[in-house]
Amino acid sequence: MAIVPLERKPLTLAERSYLPGIVGGLKTTLKHLFQPNVTMEYPEQRPALPPGYRGAPTLVKDPHGREKCVSCQLCEFVCPPKAIRITPGEIPADAPTAHVEKAPKEFEIDMLRCIYCGLCQEVCPEEAIWLQNQFSLTGYTREEMVHNKQRLYELGGTLPDPHLKWDKKLAAEVAGGASH
Amino acid sequence: MVDFYFNLHPIVQGLLKGLAVILVIFPIGGICSMAERKVSAWIQGRPGPNRAIPFWFAWVPVIGPLLQRLGIFHVMADGGKMLFKEDALPGHVNKFYFVLAPILAMVPALTTVTTVPFGAYVDGAGKVIPLALANVDIGLLAVFAVSSLGVYSIILAGWASNSKYPFLGGVRASAQLISYELSLTLSVVPVFLWINAPGTPGTLSLARAVEFQSGDWQGLTMASWGGVWFIFLMPVAALIFMVSLFAETNRHPFDMAEGEADLVGGFHTEYGAFKWGLFFVAEYAHMLIGSGVFTLLFLGGWNPLPWVPIATLASWLHIAHLPIVVGLLSIAIFLAKVIALIFFFMWVRWTIPRFRYDQIMKLGWQKLLPLAIANLLFYAVAIAVIQK
Repeated sequence: MAIVPLERKPLTLAERSYLPGIVGGLKTTLKHLFQPNVTMEYPEQRPALPPGYRGAPTLVKDPHGREKCVSCQLCEFVCPPKAIRITPGEIPADAPTAHVEKAPKEFEIDMLRCIYCGLCQEVCPEEAIWLQNQFSLTGYTREEMVHNKQRLYELGGTLPDPHLKWDKKLAAEVAGGASH
Repeated sequence: MVDFYFNLHPIVQGLLKGLAVILVIFPIGGICSMAERKVSAWIQGRPGPNRAIPFWFAWVPVIGPLLQRLGIFHVMADGGKMLFKEDALPGHVNKFYFVLAPILAMVPALTTVTTVPFGAYVDGAGKVIPLALANVDIGLLAVFAVSSLGVYSIILAGWASNSKYPFLGGVRASAQLISYELSLTLSVVPVFLWINAPGTPGTLSLARAVEFQSGDWQGLTMASWGGVWFIFLMPVAALIFMVSLFAETNRHPFDMAEGEADLVGGFHTEYGAFKWGLFFVAEYAHMLIGSGVFTLLFLGGWNPLPWVPIATLASWLHIAHLPIVVGLLSIAIFLAKVIALIFFFMWVRWTIPRFRYDQIMKLGWQKLLPLAIANLLFYAVAIAVIQK
């Protein structure tokens, strides 16, 4: 490494007087005075969310309106802050989706604990839990911030499902005569 | 109406004038604080305060939302907040002086306003009469003498707060103000040397300074000097005066008394609510007076342009026979200049970082003071040669 000695020039009188520097600074700030704002007026203007945004976790239904969660409780086990609490339940035998066998009786996510890590979505074998675009959650009480099953489905809505695996399974069972 | 006023007892007249000063300075202080927030926001690319609006005013189309965007109602919201907040009095302070300090801040600020002329009208004889609450002949001396009392409020606030950061703020402010007062005063001496030519009655009146800058264009002769504003004749004096003014009013980059980075809030750390508000109204009043004096001394006061005095403008517009219209016009011109200067104060504040304390002292004593003296000597010689 060659050492390059730099000549340190003494400041000129104009530079030492600090005035050209001030004038330059004033010019810069004046330019900014007339530039459009860089901030967003939040409640009125919302940011455009990028695809793959991880907002609040929600539960979704498939296009036929079937709740996709089968209460396997994987998300509950993987959740690092232990924000999810699932009470598993059975689907009654006379329901059209009886072959799915299980569905959550109650599904609670404590949004005061949730860290929006997305592990629940990653681990879900049914693609039933999704972190969607909802990022602004407020409430007056702690109870309000614990999302129950109904609230989670309200937030989640319906997402397209390319697999519809339970329909395929039912079709296969019917075609195979459910012999086994 | 006017006769009725002049027939009142002088004390009643004085009280009315005092009331007028309070009614004008307090709203201006509030508006200046809002302007400061808005200017800072615009310079930083933000919209600034733009939320508060009385619900019934929101019904007014166009004007309502416009005023809301400009943050006009935040002025009232701020004022209301200051008035109705709990005015806590810390237990460890010296209560008498602690309460006295903000009052003492207001008194010189409101007093000096009275001696600053703010407009002029042309009377029947074609003579320009200045408008001022107290057009005293010692004009500038009165302004300097009274407004420098303002530093006592800062010292008192810092001392009475009985806590270390306010105390440091007070000490810094006093040293700074004393340092810069010298250059401030020396920088205006050439102006009055020029005005008080041999054979004319000696005066320190601010109105006389404006009158002196009210000459017409008379060709390329010595008589045209009178129309040039002093900022063009004495740019160095104007610069020194401006810099010292920033220091005297404790504005950025000289706001050592506050210095929130190193002193929490400086002298007003222990203050809250209305007492805190008084300090700020006083600061803005000082800015207002400082800008006014600068306008009168260096920017031609109420004359619209160099070589275009207000009397000439009035005769061009054919309003010379209407004293009230001319008076309002001159006030508008004067205020426009003052507002431009206050904007400059704010513009500088959001441009330049704060100086270090030793830099301030060095600038004051080692740079500005010798420069002011050299400037004075130069003009003393030059004026002696010109006016011989």
